[in-house]
Amino acid sequence: MSTRRYLFSKIAQAFLTLAFVLAFNFFLFRGLGDPVSLLLHGHASLTPSAIADLKQQLGLDLPLPQQFLHYINETLHGNLGYSYDGTPVSTVIASKTWPTLLLIGLSTIASIVIGIWVGIKQGWKRGSGFDQSMLGVTLVLYSMPEFWFGLLMIMLFAVTFQIFPTGGMTTPGADYTGAKHVADVLNHMALPFFVLTLAYLAEYSIIMRSSLLETLGEDFITTARSKGMMEKRVLYRHAVPNALLPTMTVTILSLGFVISGVITIEIIFSWPGLGLETYNAILNKDYSMLQGLFLLFSAAVIFANLVADLLYSYLDPRVRAA
Amino acid sequence: MSLLSVDELQVTYQTQGGPVPAVRGVAFELARGEVLGLAGESGCGKSTIAGAILRLLPKGTDVSGRVLLDDQNVLELKPGKLRAVRWTEASIVFQGAMHALNPVQRIGDQIAEPIILHGQAGEREALVRAGSLLEQVGLPARRLRDYPHELSGGQRQRVMIAMALACSPRLIIADEPTTALDVMVQAQVLRLLKELQRELGLAMIFITHDLSVLVETCDRLAVMYAGRIIEEGAADTVFRQPAHPYTRALSAAFPEIGDARFRMHPAGLPGDPPYPADLPSGCTFHPRCPDAFGPCSTVDPPLFDVSPGRRAACLLLDAGRASLRAAARTDDHADDDLPAEGQG
Amino acid sequence: MKPTIERPAPAPEPEPLGDQVKLPKSVKAIARTRRKEAALRTWRQYRKSKMGMAGLGILIFFVLVAIFAPVLASRCELSPTCASGPILSPPSWQYPLGTDDLGRSVLALVIWGSRISIAVGLAATLITVVIGTSFGLAAGYYGGWRESALMRVTDWFLVIPFLPLAIVLSVILTPSLTTVILVIGITSWASTARVVRAQVLSLKTRTYVERSRALGASHWHLMSRHILPNVGPLIFANTVLIVAVAILSETTLSFLNLGPDPATNISWGTILEFAFGGGAAFSNDWWWIVPPGLAVVLVVLAFTMIGYALDEILNPKLRAR
Repeated sequence: MSTRRYLFSKIAQAFLTLAFVLAFNFFLFRGLGDPVSLLLHGHASLTPSAIADLKQQLGLDLPLPQQFLHYINETLHGNLGYSYDGTPVSTVIASKTWPTLLLIGLSTIASIVIGIWVGIKQGWKRGSGFDQSMLGVTLVLYSMPEFWFGLLMIMLFAVTFQIFPTGGMTTPGADYTGAKHVADVLNHMALPFFVLTLAYLAEYSIIMRSSLLETLGEDFITTARSKGMMEKRVLYRHAVPNALLPTMTVTILSLGFVISGVITIEIIFSWPGLGLETYNAILNKDYSMLQGLFLLFSAAVIFANLVADLLYSYLDPRVRAA
Repeated sequence: MSLLSVDELQVTYQTQGGPVPAVRGVAFELARGEVLGLAGESGCGKSTIAGAILRLLPKGTDVSGRVLLDDQNVLELKPGKLRAVRWTEASIVFQGAMHALNPVQRIGDQIAEPIILHGQAGEREALVRAGSLLEQVGLPARRLRDYPHELSGGQRQRVMIAMALACSPRLIIADEPTTALDVMVQAQVLRLLKELQRELGLAMIFITHDLSVLVETCDRLAVMYAGRIIEEGAADTVFRQPAHPYTRALSAAFPEIGDARFRMHPAGLPGDPPYPADLPSGCTFHPRCPDAFGPCSTVDPPLFDVSPGRRAACLLLDAGRASLRAAARTDDHADDDLPAEGQG
Repeated sequence: MKPTIERPAPAPEPEPLGDQVKLPKSVKAIARTRRKEAALRTWRQYRKSKMGMAGLGILIFFVLVAIFAPVLASRCELSPTCASGPILSPPSWQYPLGTDDLGRSVLALVIWGSRISIAVGLAATLITVVIGTSFGLAAGYYGGWRESALMRVTDWFLVIPFLPLAIVLSVILTPSLTTVILVIGITSWASTARVVRAQVLSLKTRTYVERSRALGASHWHLMSRHILPNVGPLIFANTVLIVAVAILSETTLSFLNLGPDPATNISWGTILEFAFGGGAAFSNDWWWIVPPGLAVVLVVLAFTMIGYALDEILNPKLRAR
């Protein structure tokens, strides 16, 4: 069946891309110097024999291609090296993943839902007051560095009006459980969530709007109208399903930007996730950590792309046949 | 009692470059079971009429006049009544079924949709009816589950026809139904339309630029130019004995009736059809007319009676005009030697 | 029987051009005049776009500020040694945008910051466009395995998230002015390549290209004389939008301390990094945070508006409608 072939090819492509990420990661950081000197960069020095031991442990006495295989093997087993303070990278990543996932997940869903709704309303009533004003708003949001917008929100809502906390994921010192804990986290998440949602809303609303406008010019819309159906039905049963397809493609491409955005947002809100960890890694010249984080971010986007691709093929019967 | 009666229909599009009058006063009648052909080059306004009858033109378009469908003026119907009339009284078979079908909806659902919408049947029953409609147009019922891209051009056109029949309308407007098709497929689709029309006693408006097609399928023929009907009458007579120079040029382009090798860009007619926003003065055809004379550039001729049921808009057919013409030539008194007109 | 009719006079012949038209002397001159006319036509159309003109106005303002920075504020004011103002004071007559935590005038910082922010944006865009156009041109023109290979690379750069990649590259190349320009250039070219390739593919099938090839034109000739000039306008509109993104990228990288060395080159992003590092947000030192960010917003907005206006005019897909 062509659907299965399509699935396989997409999955294979994803793995190929991931393989390139691994190769990139490996060879790029090798360009800096061998891992041991990087590890010791600016920190306590070891005796030459300890260094030799470490090198052997990390397989650095082997020829480069073998080192590469060794690296892949290690990575597949979850061993991503060690952070500058000795903690395994994988451990750190594991502990910081959930906060980032929570923030990105919720804000992306909100961005997409609101963005699409705005885009549909704009496209359906092109030229209306709503359309024009939204175009202006999204244009401005598009042009803002998201972290600057975040800083403004902190000054406004956390410092001036003191509605929300200025940072962190939980109130320091307090030891809430259950519902109180959830409420506390949500309270701390409110501002970063708000900023991230607004920052990327424009991506979706703009593409949905133009996609809908293009679809509304198609002949089958006239056919639908001539059958005597109500305008709402023409919109939601005929126009939108077709207009959503190109929107999905852009949604796929936007995921990379959301990840880029969450890094700076976590920094300014001290949100204890992978983004903040990245910042710390930069400051501490923690190359292993950066390698591991880069791998994870790329893998996440590749995976998300794959899911979106498969979803697209489900929605558009023409793709499956191709 | 005519099924459709169009009177003084005017349609003006609002474009970025200003108002464009696509239809400038069209009137015709259609009786039950009658087939009317509407011929003309691109831009003459014939497709606009199809859209105007069911009020499907873009928002902001100026439509005036009267379109009486079974004694209801469609142009004045409230939205609810209009929606009820659409597809149940009159439906359209669109051209280029390539884009006229929803790409992500199965064709069975698309055919069944209006049936369910107008409350004529429930979901399952509607699909059954859709299946039998497919068979009526010569496609196997199992193709209900197909998507439009899985069908060929000819098959898609058949689906459009089946869809148009879904709510058992009394009038079908076929807007260039065979234009995008290969010759062989064209013949098949035309035959199908003819059969269905006869079987079901449908009234049809057949819109095309292909004159040869119309002669075979239509009872009456109306030729359009620059937004107006410039000749109308029995299909056969209009084709074989055209009264208007334009019609003459068109039919002369077909040395043999039904020889579809000759597409209708009037061979031998110089120039292009006029741009609707920039029409020539007087008779809009006069710059390209081989028989144009003096008043043609200043006087816009109305439809003159040529014979009962036959009309054409040409000053050559105007008895009074001829005498004036003679008077202008011979200085003040009418030339009694001029033979009588009206036998074109 | 038809009455006799006067045959109308035949339509008059169109008048010869005579002295009204100066005939160009050579093929090159014809091409040049045509291109000049096309450019003029584009400008006339552009003038009609309110968005385009507004964007152009804002851009000119900031470019002038950047050029005349030494006149508007002395360079010395950027270094902590010259700073003489009160620390962290809100806007006043003497310091219209207040001062930072070293007593430097924020206004001076923003004025001088315009130079780096805009220059880096432009320089990085140059790299982006050169790489992207080359890839897209080659991929679209050659087709076959070359196209597949090139597009694989392009797709990889499209998939990988921008900031993590930029961070990794910046860290490895050690942050500096040149690094930032290179890094942004290397990470942003993929979408240009895509756009160019699509346009080339549609041009390849045009008859004049086929005819030229039949006449024996070399690849280089075809690419530079026929395809590139027609892709040019599209690239131009795309480029303007790329500058907008490049400026945002530089701002972000500088904010993460991966930009030029703050001791020598300050951009708007650098100012924001200072502000954040100095806890400006939590102390509500809004005059330190708002102006540099606002400047970024305005310049990016300007480029975006210009880009959209140009796209409306030059994009063949939009024009055809």
